[in-house]
Amino acid sequence: MKPFDILIVGAGIVGSAVARECALIGWRVGVIEGGTPAGGATAAGMGHVVVMDDSPAQLALTAFSRSLWQRDSGKLPKSVEYETCGTIWVAADDEEMVEVHARREVYEEAGVETRVLTAAALANKEPNLRRGLAGGLLVPGDGVVYPPAAAAFYLAEARRLGAEFFQARAMSASQGQVLLSDGVSLVADRIVLAVGTECDLLPSLPIQKRKGHLVITDRYPGFLHHQLVELGYLKSAHKIADDSVAFNIQPRQTGQLLLGSSRQYGNEGPEAEPEMLRRMIDRAKQYMPGLENLSVLRVWTGFRAATFDKLPLIGPAAGLSEDRSLWLAAGFEGLGITNAPGAARLLVDAMLGRKSAIDAEPYLPARLMEPARLAHA
Amino acid sequence: MRETFPVTINGATRQIARGTTVAVAMLLAEQPCRLSVSGEPRGALCGMGICFECRAVVNGIPHRRTCQILCEQDMTVETNR
Ligand SMILES: Cc1cc2nc3c(=O)[nH]c(=O)nc-3n(C[C@H](O)[C@H](O)[C@H](O)COP(=O)(O)OP(=O)(O)OC[C@H]3O[C@@H](n4cnc5c(N)ncnc54)[C@H](O)[C@@H]3O)c2cc1C
Ligand code: FES
Repeated sequence: MKPFDILIVGAGIVGSAVARECALIGWRVGVIEGGTPAGGATAAGMGHVVVMDDSPAQLALTAFSRSLWQRDSGKLPKSVEYETCGTIWVAADDEEMVEVHARREVYEEAGVETRVLTAAALANKEPNLRRGLAGGLLVPGDGVVYPPAAAAFYLAEARRLGAEFFQARAMSASQGQVLLSDGVSLVADRIVLAVGTECDLLPSLPIQKRKGHLVITDRYPGFLHHQLVELGYLKSAHKIADDSVAFNIQPRQTGQLLLGSSRQYGNEGPEAEPEMLRRMIDRAKQYMPGLENLSVLRVWTGFRAATFDKLPLIGPAAGLSEDRSLWLAAGFEGLGITNAPGAARLLVDAMLGRKSAIDAEPYLPARLMEPARLAHA
Repeated sequence: MRETFPVTINGATRQIARGTTVAVAMLLAEQPCRLSVSGEPRGALCGMGICFECRAVVNGIPHRRTCQILCEQDMTVETNR
């Protein structure tokens, strides 16, 4: 069989975005998926396309990726439900308002438009928030997508451009060869592992599962207009050790409300936990008391692929593996939907030796060489 | 003759007999209980609280299962959009 230019293991949103990017430059692409395409973390996630400033590197990647979503917006099918609803970071008190102003500066420096909202402006934009909140920071360019449909679009684009799809599990991937569960063996110049949280192909992958719960309500059009996130979110999202919950709510095009989220280590079971759900819903009701009267349709859980420095692994596997044919696009924690298009671009730039729009160094897997640095080793 | 009282369904008031479920009142008024995401009209299907097809706005509260609620005097019912 004629070798592929590239084989991609995993058809979540990241693998699918990489496949499209590679097909666009005319490469012969093979995509390998063991389960349902986009059936992993991509089906579980929230689909908030958001600029995050928890580190300069995260800010650069999310802002770059968001610009690619915006550029693509005209091409996305309706099923992707892309909507630029904007994010409001909600400040509960004056102390958090200080944080609002600090963040505004960081965003503005990075060229990301923001607007500070007073308490009155916040109440005006989101009347279902409780009174007495201090204000917020509106990031108008942030958006929302329906992640499985976005991944399906990337994969369909790749296939339209000639990519081949293999419905099978990759049992091994090394030295340019991938062995599939159905006995087929494929050969390529490069192999990309876009495997989400599954590390069996490369056990040295420094990734941990971080569980999250989500809740979706029935349709209540007009109840919510922006994605709202409590400003304390970064504090709780960053705590590596403890289970945490934060108020995070998203308006879907159907009028449904998607309510997040929890972050937990150490529990790798997919079951929904009543105690975590109660904490999440209680937290949300502190911000939006009217949620009390809405009915919930479904709850579910998913797993984020966490790295110890909260940045993804994008680039050659060097440092984690001697195998020069292996590349990585993994470890996207809670931002893989946002970052998929940017990551795909950086990866292909690196493969072609092309200059990237942003500095790709902070995401190189080699930085995580010593497994001892893992907080939870 | 059973006792009747007024119930307002999508703005039109009509007399409804005591003991009638809201789902049946909507059928009598030829009004859909709700509209699906794509805008299709939907009405009661199972009649026993399982399928959720009969949800409507009852006295201002959306997504009430109308097959499980009896009409009351001066109730207002609207198609859930
Ligand atoms: C609760 C929750 C909320 C989130 N909210 C957001 C959000 O609002 N915004 C945002 O940007 N991100 C969010 N995320 C993160 C986002 O969902 C993930 O980062 C993203 O989906 C990761 O995509 P992926 O393609 O890397 O992984 P996955 O979607 O898990 O895809 C990996 C694929 O690889 C396949 N695979 C693995 N091993 C093999 C093998 N050996 N052979 C064949 N196939 C294999 C799997 O079957 C799977 O389909 C959230 C995540 C969770 C859990
Ligand atoms: S008709 Fe099925 S729940 Fe009411």
